[in-house]
Amino acid sequence: MDLLIVHLFIFVLAAFVGFEVISKVPPTLHTPLMSGANAISGITLVGALLVASHTGCVITCHLGFIAIIFATINVVGGFMVTDRMLEMFKKKGDE
Amino acid sequence: MNPLVPEFLADYIPSLIHLSYLLASVLFILGIKRLSSPATARSGNRLAALGMFIGVAVTLFDREIISFQYIIAGILIGSVIGAVLARKVKMTSMPELVSMFNGFGGIASALVASGEYFRIAPQVFTAQELTALAVSLLVGTMTFTGSLVAFAKLRGIIGGAPVVYTGYKVVNTLVFVAFLVFTSLFFLDPGNTGLYLVLAGIALLIGLLLVLPIGGADMPVVISLLNSLTGLAAASTGFVLHNHLLIVSGTLVGAAGLILTLIMCKAMNRPLINVLFGSFGGNGVDAGLSGTAGGKTVKEVTASDLAVMAAYARRVVIVPGYGLAVAQAQHAVREVADMLEARKVDVRYGIHPVAGRMPGHMNVLLAEANVPYPQLFDMDDINKELPKTDLVLVIGANDVVNPDARLNTSSPIYGMPILNVDQAQNVVIFKRSLNTGYAGIDNQLFYADNSYLFFGDAKMSLEMLKESLKEL
Repeated sequence: MDLLIVHLFIFVLAAFVGFEVISKVPPTLHTPLMSGANAISGITLVGALLVASHTGCVITCHLGFIAIIFATINVVGGFMVTDRMLEMFKKKGDE
Repeated sequence: MNPLVPEFLADYIPSLIHLSYLLASVLFILGIKRLSSPATARSGNRLAALGMFIGVAVTLFDREIISFQYIIAGILIGSVIGAVLARKVKMTSMPELVSMFNGFGGIASALVASGEYFRIAPQVFTAQELTALAVSLLVGTMTFTGSLVAFAKLRGIIGGAPVVYTGYKVVNTLVFVAFLVFTSLFFLDPGNTGLYLVLAGIALLIGLLLVLPIGGADMPVVISLLNSLTGLAAASTGFVLHNHLLIVSGTLVGAAGLILTLIMCKAMNRPLINVLFGSFGGNGVDAGLSGTAGGKTVKEVTASDLAVMAAYARRVVIVPGYGLAVAQAQHAVREVADMLEARKVDVRYGIHPVAGRMPGHMNVLLAEANVPYPQLFDMDDINKELPKTDLVLVIGANDVVNPDARLNTSSPIYGMPILNVDQAQNVVIFKRSLNTGYAGIDNQLFYADNSYLFFGDAKMSLEMLKESLKEL
């Protein structure tokens, strides 16, 4: 099968799963949802790792290096700040 | 050869990597699923973080990776910056942080796609790869500059008012057409790196031009939309690299951002097109006042009277707006709520979707002030309870409780979903003065028979109320 078709399959099915799962997130958690989404969009780090490490590169590995920095900021910062926020959501009495 | 991989394993590594990517995708989905309740949300975030760790770790074994100095240096620098930002940020500044992360995610995806382009550049590209490349470059880069503008507006570095000039719509359209024209030229001559750089430059410009004309009050919509675009940028980079983990994760983020964008638009009663191209809603623009207090009278209430009303009510609903956060009164309001609860009053918070400066912002600010989350109710849930409520305290909110949105067809906010506080027994509005909200619309609620105004700074007023409650 054509590679593009495989990608499109995955894209469309992931979109449906995304809409199903995310529409169940209550408004109370919409800010952590967004910062968590920031962290997940840092997944581009995986791509950055692949382009940063080629031999004999002139431009590619430099672009990859900058991409690694930006994407890591998102991954580390995104997950940490989301954890910090979610820790504050408490019921009465739980410490 | 990847120095981490012993030779006898090399044949199995690609399959193992792909299976791990599948596992990471599943962990992301399960992680988001656990965000459906505050009780499980924290474990969900950690599950997603585990998925990210697995995805990144197995990539290090890819056969394409042969040197690690850039990787180690980049991850170290990024981790330090990310950790510092995450620890230092104030909860009131979350919209700025999310904007910044939106921008970083966008530019990272565009850089990865560009890196791949410059790696293959002399060779041939398929039409699909070129399309994915152009989308990745456009979306990633415009998200970057657009987010920087949003950040600057939220921070107050540039004014929140829409930056418009005559014919700006024509200019924006022309710039977008230019992008399409240069994309076509690029498709005919994909090896031309000069053309690629021109495309990148136009994409940078599009981000600026798109967000500059949008007013500060519409930033919740803009942040949500840019959040969605970072996901789409990552997904299209996945198309460029043929990487399924990027496609799945990017699409999940894209869906999240799109859902929030639509929720925000619905809460403001404005179609997305109107937000993006309508340039409405600056910072407190006076949209032609329609007669203020003239003739109509309001009833004032004192702290001691209010204390009696609240202490002997069965149910009190607190409606916070961003004015509460501006006055730094979250802790004061929670202390008042604690005192009322000690007197067996049922206290709840009714939160409008646009109460903060981004989706869910007010909930985070109240959680930070130790308000227990079971007391936080969203608009639809609290509206069912309001007719059975003895007393509503409106603090720092205005337009989101204006009954004109329901009753007055000629009002500019007619049709906007609101909290129906006018249906409660009594309403007390904490206000500095009789000024209008940012939409510049008079609020009939203030003059209703069951409404009382409590004038003063929100924090001071709440402190006074606390003192009066102590004396009861």
